[in-house]
Amino acid sequence: MDKNMKILIVDDFSTMRRIIKGLLHELGFNNLEEADDGNTALPLLKAGNFDFLITDWNMPGMTGLDLLKSVRADAKLAKLPVLLVTAEAKREQIVEAAQAGVNGYVVKPFTANTLKEKMDKIFERITAVAQG
Amino acid sequence: MNAPENRADEYLDQARELVTLLEAGRVEQADELLAALSGMRESKIFHELGKLTRTLHEAITHFPVDPRLARLSEQDMPDARERLRYVVTKTEESANRTLKAVEDSIPLAKHLSQRATEHQQQWERFLRREMDVQEFRTLTHSLREFLSGIIADSSCLSRNLSEVLLAQEYQDITGQVIQRVIRVVQDVEDGLVEMVRVVGSRAQPASPPGAQPATTSRLEGPQIDPKKADVMASQDDVDALLSSLGF
Repeated sequence: MDKNMKILIVDDFSTMRRIIKGLLHELGFNNLEEADDGNTALPLLKAGNFDFLITDWNMPGMTGLDLLKSVRADAKLAKLPVLLVTAEAKREQIVEAAQAGVNGYVVKPFTANTLKEKMDKIFERITAVAQG
Repeated sequence: MNAPENRADEYLDQARELVTLLEAGRVEQADELLAALSGMRESKIFHELGKLTRTLHEAITHFPVDPRLARLSEQDMPDARERLRYVVTKTEESANRTLKAVEDSIPLAKHLSQRATEHQQQWERFLRREMDVQEFRTLTHSLREFLSGIIADSSCLSRNLSEVLLAQEYQDITGQVIQRVIRVVQDVEDGLVEMVRVVGSRAQPASPPGAQPATTSRLEGPQIDPKKADVMASQDDVDALLSSLGF
């Protein structure tokens, strides 16, 4: 995984953004930006060359799922890897996120290890697809 | 029931008879008469109580109850109680997690600083050429040990700090739960205000019977009961579901 990749963290709770940022720092990622919901995240994504999106689901304004759908619908952003980090843990919701094209799904509360594992897996798969 | 003036006549007759009996020294009959008198009084009280109960019963039966209130009391309030209990548990867990990490770290930091001070003093002695060869040899061994100790202790400290960082996630989870409870409390307040308004004006409730409160969101927020059907109890369950979907 490229430690210099640019990551956008979207969560309406600043505490959670700080936690995710702290964990990512620890994993060696320092090129991080934040947004507090889909409405503020989408323009940032469109403007800056982000390599990875980590988003919460349940947020006022635009939810993470709607953000994911907007990303997939945008020709320039469509291939951006997206990891949902959310407290939503119902079967139908996970299925819905999968259908909307999410790359990974982490249920809160989570550990540093889970976050790392999921990120590793997402990038392994992307590399495999690129090489295949 | 007798009108008050009839009742007064009745009491007066009985009272005269009581006086007569007492003057004649017939105490036992006087007692009987007194018992009968108070019995009359009690039966009147019971009758009034009965009337009052009937009025109350009818008032309750015909009370214009907002259907939202029933829903609130049957479902939302017990749910809110469960949610608040979950908040208590979560905050307690986080506090314990944080405290443990801090308590484990404090002695480590103290020990590090103490050992560093000792070595610094020794090193200064060496620079001032106050140390003989044997002492210097001991110092190099001790320094070597100290340096590898720093590596182990500092990685332990950084693990503890990440633990503190991660323990703060309770704020996000409990925040979401509390916001939901606030909405329930708001609904209760609205219901009570509406009830007061309706009772005050003796009008019919504004909302049609059977009206449901506006559903706040299809999203459910943190699942407080992992045993509930359709809820993924852990990250492993989520992973299993995703892999069954081809992930």
